[in-house]
Amino acid sequence: MMHIFNLMASFWLGRLSLKALPPNPIQWFGASLIILVPGMIAVLLTVTKRWKWLYKEWITTQDPKKIGVMYILVAIGMLLRGGADVALIKTQQALSVGASHGILSASHFQQIVTAHGTIMIFFVAMGLMFGIINLIVPLQIGSRDVAFPFLNATSFWLFFFGMVLVNASLVLGDFAATGWLAYPPLSELRYSPTVGVDYWIWSLQIAGVGSLLAAINFIVTILKMRVKGMNFMKMPMFVWSVLGSMLLVAFAFPILTATLTLLALDRNLGMHFFTSGAGGNMMMYVNLIWAWGHPEVYILILPAFGVFSEVVATYSKKRLFGYTSMVWAIAAIVLLSFIVWLHHFFTMGAGSDVNAFFGIMTMIIAIPTGVKLFNWLFTMYRGKIRLDSPMLWFIGFVVIFTIGGMAGVLMAVPPIDFQLHNSLFLVAHFHMMIVGGVVFADFAAITYWFPKIFGFKLNETLGRWVFWLWLVGFLMSFIPLYILGFMGATRRLDHYSASLGWQQLFIVSGIGAALIGAGVGVQLLQFAYSIYKRKDNRDKTGDPWDGRSLEWSLPSPVPFYNFARLPEVSSRDAFWEAKKSRLKDRRKYEDIEIPKNTPLAFMIAALAFIFAFTVVWHIWWLAVIALLSIITLIIVRSMDEQTDYILKASEVEKLDSLYLKGAKL
Amino acid sequence: MKNNSRNEAVDVMVSMHQPEEATLKKYVIGFVGSLVLTFSAYLLTQYGAMNKPVMVIILAVLALSQFVLQLVYFLHVGKEFSPRLKLLVTIFMVMIVFILVAGSIWIMNNLNGRMMTHSNMVKYMNSQDGL
Repeated sequence: MMHIFNLMASFWLGRLSLKALPPNPIQWFGASLIILVPGMIAVLLTVTKRWKWLYKEWITTQDPKKIGVMYILVAIGMLLRGGADVALIKTQQALSVGASHGILSASHFQQIVTAHGTIMIFFVAMGLMFGIINLIVPLQIGSRDVAFPFLNATSFWLFFFGMVLVNASLVLGDFAATGWLAYPPLSELRYSPTVGVDYWIWSLQIAGVGSLLAAINFIVTILKMRVKGMNFMKMPMFVWSVLGSMLLVAFAFPILTATLTLLALDRNLGMHFFTSGAGGNMMMYVNLIWAWGHPEVYILILPAFGVFSEVVATYSKKRLFGYTSMVWAIAAIVLLSFIVWLHHFFTMGAGSDVNAFFGIMTMIIAIPTGVKLFNWLFTMYRGKIRLDSPMLWFIGFVVIFTIGGMAGVLMAVPPIDFQLHNSLFLVAHFHMMIVGGVVFADFAAITYWFPKIFGFKLNETLGRWVFWLWLVGFLMSFIPLYILGFMGATRRLDHYSASLGWQQLFIVSGIGAALIGAGVGVQLLQFAYSIYKRKDNRDKTGDPWDGRSLEWSLPSPVPFYNFARLPEVSSRDAFWEAKKSRLKDRRKYEDIEIPKNTPLAFMIAALAFIFAFTVVWHIWWLAVIALLSIITLIIVRSMDEQTDYILKASEVEKLDSLYLKGAKL
Repeated sequence: MKNNSRNEAVDVMVSMHQPEEATLKKYVIGFVGSLVLTFSAYLLTQYGAMNKPVMVIILAVLALSQFVLQLVYFLHVGKEFSPRLKLLVTIFMVMIVFILVAGSIWIMNNLNGRMMTHSNMVKYMNSQDGL
C-alpha cells in the first residue's frame, strides 16, 4: 500500500515533498521574507483595489517605457535580496575565525555566495541595463516603439520569472552551492544531487532566453527604426554602446544556453558531456562557459560607457570629445571581448603559448577602454562642468574603474594570475569593474533620466548622500580584499585560522559593506521623499539638464506614443543644434499605430516558469503540458492579425497640445 | 501614413515581400533538410562503421551544411533589403564562430596534450611509494 502511495506521489510530485521546506531558522527567516514581501504587495493591491490597474497598466502592457520601469523595479528588489546575502557573507567572514564557526553552515554559506553572484549579475546588473535600454533607446533614436513590442514584453516576463525561480529556491529545496558558474564535476549529479544546481540552470535558461530575445529586438530597433536623417555616425553614443552590447548578447548567449542544456542533459538523462568518466571532459565546460562569460562582462559595461558618454557631455556643456574614436573603441571591444576568454582559466593547465596569446589579447583590450576614459576626460576639459550627482557617479567611476582596471591588467600576466587566481584580489577586481563601472553608471542613468520618465526630479541632497555613502563604503569594503588576496585569502572562504591575522581586515570590509547598505537605505528614502515632494520638483520644460539628444525635446513624462510628430535629424546632438537654431516646427501630425495590450507575453513566460519549476522537481507530466501550452500560445499569437490600433492624427494633435500645456495624463 | 519603420523591420525578419506559398515551401525544405542532416549524423555515430578521423570529417561537413541550410532557408540570407548591412553582420558572425571553434579546439587540444594518458598514470602511481 505504502509502495503504491510512494509511486503515485513520485509521479504526481516528482522529487517534491515536505522535506523540501527549509531546515534551519536562518533559512526559515529568508523563506518567510520571500513569501511575506509579495504577500504584502498583494494585500496592498487588494486594499487599494488596484488589481485591475496592475493588469491593465502593467501586466499586459507593451510600452517599452513601462517595461523599462518594471525591469528597474525588479532589479532594485533583487539588489536588496543580493544585499541581504552580502550581510550574511560579511558577518560570517568577520566572525568565523579559529574556534568560532560563525552563523552559517559551510554548505549554506556556499549557497548564499552562489545566489549572491547569480542574482547580482543576472537580475540586478542585467535588469538595470535592460531597463534603461528600454526607457531610453527608442527616445534617443526618435522612434515611437521598439521593432517587436510583443517580443519585448515576453523578454521582460521571462526575466521576471527567472527571478521568481531563483527566489523559489529559498522556500522549496536549496540553491546551488557551486559558485555562480557551477563548474563540473561539482555541479554534476554525483556531487550535487539536490535540486540546487537545477534551480540555477533553469532560472538562467529562462532569463537567458529573455535576454537573447531582447537583444535581437534592440538590434533590429536600432538598425531599422532610426528617425529620418540619423545615420550611424549621428547616433547618440548611448545608442552605439547598446548596439555593441546587444550584438554581444546575440552572439554570446546562445553559448550559455547550449552549455547549460548540456549540463542539464548530464544531470537528467545520464549523459556524459562534462563528467570525468565515459568520455566527458569537465574542462570543456569551463571553456564554453567563459566563451559566454567574458563577453557578458562587456555586455554589462558597454551600456554603462554609453550612459557616461551622455552624462559627461551634458554636464560639461560640450559635445563629446572624439566621437569617431569612441565608436571604433566600441567596435574593437565587441570583437576583442571574444578573444580573451581563456584568461579566466590560465591555471587550468594550458601551455605557455596558449596562455601567452590570451594574456596579450587581454592587455590589448585595455587600450580601447583607456581611449574611452581619456575621451571623457577631454570632454570635461574646459567644459562648464556642473557637479550634480550623475557627474559625481562618473568621477567615482573613473577612480574605481581605473584602480580595478589596473588590477585586471596585472592579472592578465599569466604568472601573476597563477598567484592571484581565485583569491580575494580577483574578487576585489571584478567588483570594482561591475559595481564601480556598471552599477555606478546605472545609478547615474536613473538620476539623469528620472524626470524624463516620471516628470519630476529626484532629490539632489539625498542623491549626494547616496553617492558618498556608496563611494566610501565601497572603497572601505574592497581595498581590504586586495590586501587579503595578497595574503592568500581565497574567494568563498567561510572559515579561517586566527593565526593568519585576517580578521581585522575582514571586519573593516564588513563595515564598508554596512556603509553601502546605508547608501541603499538612503537611496530608497530618496525615491520615497522625491515622490512625496514631487509637486516641488516637477520638470515643466522637458529639458531639466540642458540636454543634447532627442529625448529632451519631448515633454516629461513622455507621452505613451513618444513623438507626436517625428523629428528630422541633420547632425549629432540633434536637440542641442535645434535649440541653437530655433527653427519653426513645420512637421505634420499623422496617424500612429500602437500595439494593443495583451496578456499573452505574461502567460508564455509564466508557463515557462511552470515548465522550469517542474523540470527542477522532476514533475514530468506537468512539464510536458506547460511546454505544449507555450507552443500553443505562440501559435495563437502568430495567428492574431490585429495586434495594433490606430491613434488618429487629430487625436494626437489634441493630446499633444494638452501635454505641451503640462497636463498629466 | 502608418508607422512604416516597424513594418519594414518586420518585413526584413519574416520576408513578407515574398508570396506566402514560396515562404512556406522554403520553411518546409529547411525543416526537413535539417532533420535529415541531424538524423544522418546520429545514425552515423550509432551504426556507421568507419575509422574515427573520417567520421569526424563527415560529421563536420554535415554540421556545416546544416548551418548553411538554416542561414538560407530560415534566415533568408541573400534576400534582404540592405545586403551591405547583412553582409557585414554575416562576416562578423563567421569570424566569431571561427574564433570560438578554432580557439576551443586549440585550447582543448593543448590541455589534452598535457594530460597523462591512463597507462602513464598507472605507471606513475606504481612508481610512487604508498600509492
